[in-house]
Amino acid sequence: MHFDFSRILQGPYISWLLDGLQVSLLLFGFAWVIAFSLAVVLTLVRLTEIRPLVFLVAAYVEIGRSVPLLIQVFFWYFAASSLLPHAVDRAITRIDPEFIYAGIAFGLGMAAYLSEVLRSGIRSIPHTQIEAGRALGFGWLATMRLVVLPQAFRATVPPLLNYTLMLFKNTSVALAIGVKELTYQTRLIENTTFATFEIFALTTLIYLTGSLLLTVTGELLERHWNRQVSGT
Amino acid sequence: MIEIIREYWLLLLIGQYPHGPLGGLAGTMILALLCLVLAFPVSLMLALGRLSAHRLFRGPAMVISYVMRGTPFIMVIFWSYYIVPLIIGRPVSAFWVMVVALVLYESAYLGEVIRAGIVALPRGQSEAAQALGFSRGRTMRLIVLPQALFNAFPAIVSQFVSIIKETSLGVVIGVHEFTYAANQVNGIELVKPVAVYSILAITFFILCFSFTSAARWLEARVTAQRTEQLA
Repeated sequence: MHFDFSRILQGPYISWLLDGLQVSLLLFGFAWVIAFSLAVVLTLVRLTEIRPLVFLVAAYVEIGRSVPLLIQVFFWYFAASSLLPHAVDRAITRIDPEFIYAGIAFGLGMAAYLSEVLRSGIRSIPHTQIEAGRALGFGWLATMRLVVLPQAFRATVPPLLNYTLMLFKNTSVALAIGVKELTYQTRLIENTTFATFEIFALTTLIYLTGSLLLTVTGELLERHWNRQVSGT
Repeated sequence: MIEIIREYWLLLLIGQYPHGPLGGLAGTMILALLCLVLAFPVSLMLALGRLSAHRLFRGPAMVISYVMRGTPFIMVIFWSYYIVPLIIGRPVSAFWVMVVALVLYESAYLGEVIRAGIVALPRGQSEAAQALGFSRGRTMRLIVLPQALFNAFPAIVSQFVSIIKETSLGVVIGVHEFTYAANQVNGIELVKPVAVYSILAITFFILCFSFTSAARWLEARVTAQRTEQLA
């Protein structure tokens, strides 16, 4: 095996790859926004403590975490499109069905994980913290802002970044229904140039850079907070 | 849905076996179990490597762990698809390519699970062993690992659920497993995708949810045992 990067650095290939990267990042952003908004709603519903609603959310979370992501993508792309109202399906088909259904599948699936993160973040703050804040003379808002939220934030952000990383990596699953994302474009370039190892090495490096950025951010934040806690 | 199960249950259960490779749900389970068994020793080595006092072991273990957890699983599958036949020097079936990819990828995660189990054990355990004259190796083998693995067992079961779910990505290189069989059925029936993919999703749900519940039950038992020991 010998590497000859000149084969993929010439011609249109780099711009193909960048097109793929752009689609991957758009898909990632689109799915993340769906996932996070839905996770907030799910968590709020759980906090209401209305039994049937809480059960429904719990069932949603279990299903989202137990069915493989690829199956969820297949389900949305092949099956759910025929369950949606005809007009909606027509509209999606006119825009970009692969991209939209993949984004919906990723977003709805990831919401199950994120809502668990938010829930355990809230549960990690004992009620005595609020009481102690109030006893010290803080108003409700000051207690929330200075006592509860900083702690909840610290408990939530590291796992949130972990799942964000998972979502970033999983955007590659979209190639199974033909979304022209980074991995799809990589295979396309491989098929045209036969520079298999060069192009796969380059793409792996791109993914690793993104993953490493997210991982390092998480670790730096945790170290920063640990120092803050032990310093004071 | 019932019609499809009645018509295709054998294909969904074992694939085209005996007229082809074993596939379907049986293929998925064999793939997942084989991967768990093979990944266990690899992940143990990775965990011990990352905790080693020697930079020579710690460095490579850390690089492998971070690279595998930073790369999409599909990329690992494609790498194995091209590299495994090159290393062995002859064509390799999609099944074995998938086994290699799963073991490589999952060992990194399983290694972190085992490492967390070792780190979580109170320092007093290994200090007491060393005070009693145990060498480092024997301390790890006889005192630390048995307890760490016992405590990590529920997390290992949860990781098994991830492995089961990841086997579905084998369809991109044509591994004969459950998702592949469902795609075949969908290809024959054409107009019943809702039923076919519902069967697929429901089966995966039952399978994975059972193991997740088992992991939770084990977790409760392990926690109970630990607090009992402390009391």
